[in-house]
Amino acid sequence: MEGNLNALTVIFTEFYYWVTIVMMFLIHVGFCTYEVGVSRRRNHLKTLMKNAMAIPVVTVTFYFFGWWIYFAFPNGPGIVSGGLITSNFAEPWSPLMAAHLSGVNPGEVDVTPAEAALWHRLNGVFWGAFLLFSITTASIISGSIIERARSGAFWIIAVLIGSVLWILDAAWGWHPQGWMVKLWGYHDAYASGVVHAIAGGACLAFLIVLGPRLGKFRPDGTPRDIPPHNVWLVTIGLFLIYTGFWGFYAACNIPMISPAAIAGQITGDTWTATNIYLAPTSLSAITFNFLMSLSGGMMAGYLISRGDPYWTFSAGLCGVISTSAGNDLYHPIQAMLIGAIVPAICYKLHYYVERRFKIDDAVGAVAVHGYGGFLGVVVAGFILWGQPSSPYEGFAHINPLGNFAGAVLMFLLGFIPVFIACKILNAFNLLRVPAKVELEGVDFALNHAFEASVREVGAAEKAMIK
Amino acid sequence: MSTNGMENWAVDLKDVGAIYPFQGAEVLMVILGVVFWIGWHVIQTRQESAEIKADMAADRSGDETRAAIDRY
Repeated sequence: MEGNLNALTVIFTEFYYWVTIVMMFLIHVGFCTYEVGVSRRRNHLKTLMKNAMAIPVVTVTFYFFGWWIYFAFPNGPGIVSGGLITSNFAEPWSPLMAAHLSGVNPGEVDVTPAEAALWHRLNGVFWGAFLLFSITTASIISGSIIERARSGAFWIIAVLIGSVLWILDAAWGWHPQGWMVKLWGYHDAYASGVVHAIAGGACLAFLIVLGPRLGKFRPDGTPRDIPPHNVWLVTIGLFLIYTGFWGFYAACNIPMISPAAIAGQITGDTWTATNIYLAPTSLSAITFNFLMSLSGGMMAGYLISRGDPYWTFSAGLCGVISTSAGNDLYHPIQAMLIGAIVPAICYKLHYYVERRFKIDDAVGAVAVHGYGGFLGVVVAGFILWGQPSSPYEGFAHINPLGNFAGAVLMFLLGFIPVFIACKILNAFNLLRVPAKVELEGVDFALNHAFEASVREVGAAEKAMIK
Repeated sequence: MSTNGMENWAVDLKDVGAIYPFQGAEVLMVILGVVFWIGWHVIQTRQESAEIKADMAADRSGDETRAAIDRY
């Protein structure tokens, strides 16, 4: 690294992303807590493990190919038009995908000094931050399908959505040179579409193929309520997701960069934080908007659900998701109002879709993430209309049509491949447990072993009483 | 002899690249990693299928299932 200022910038950036990774882990603590709280006792353990094991399966696959997809696929439109971009540093066999000190050893044939200087300290933490987005995208689906989906099926879908689909859409619409940004003016700074809408679309596809839990619908087709087993755990889980979401937001920013390093149209010497598109913003701006949109969502959720804790917390989350596309630029009161109105619509849509189409979404993920994310992207297209989408010359400006098309693309990119994959898994009887096992509870064997052990050790101890 | 080529730290760090063991075997490591990942899914699917088969054969009377439902 040349010069102390450069060294300090790189080391600060490395540490900044490392902290966001730690914070984002709380999202997964929250998801696990939340799902176990929603599930019934006879399904707790498999519910926990289903979500928890998404972490390792997405991690290893994101190392093998997910990270490379992000850098290789920004050209478009489409998957390969314009050609793949060479991204040696993100290939799993690259020396820069491991401990590296910035020089170039004699055997490192694909590593250039410039790549080594930039990536040796940043590759791991950038990879880690994006990985946590990936795991989040997969985890969103997990809660909806509890108590009847096979864990193995979910883990295959988790790899598909977490290490392929979402990162492909990120290359298109969440990369400084992504074709959706260049050609459509797509703006989605904190991932309403690229994480939440795509996960919601995938979730809906999974639920359609999977079908509802036994007993969810009465013989006349009207839905029964299946209350959470432990509403305290559910709300603590959502609180933890809120907390981890701070790390998610911070990780969507570049913390400090000079105009020269951006190499765009910004003039002067004023360093700035930027969003993912390298357009200027600040942590302060997103702090205002995160809290105001969360508050708008909680207040609307409280009213519309008449104080139901589960929906009040979920609406808070939906409030943030629905403003995330534009939270780098909104006024806080705009964020509050959008964050209040969109969750109210999503709440109504959840129950309408449940009644009309017999979709059993156990945690409301399609509504909170799918509809909330979709509408968030659409609204940002109107509210931010005409603003520059990028600091680079020649990029389309933010506009309603670009963001609407982007929102549709995100939702369908989750829906269609996951629908096909679930159909294939279902054809091999790998998607859903049989009805008998669903009634017994998916933990039946584990609980049986637990109870046998308790009886045996209890009997042995009692025999020792003199 | 060292597995990463570093015998001591009397070096200028800007001249040092990778410092992990067995440099040059990255492709082999990726292949091993992918085999481990795919193998995990295969073994897990078999284990899950076997567990479901056992669950299908269990609790013929339905009493344990009724008790589990009552526990909510």
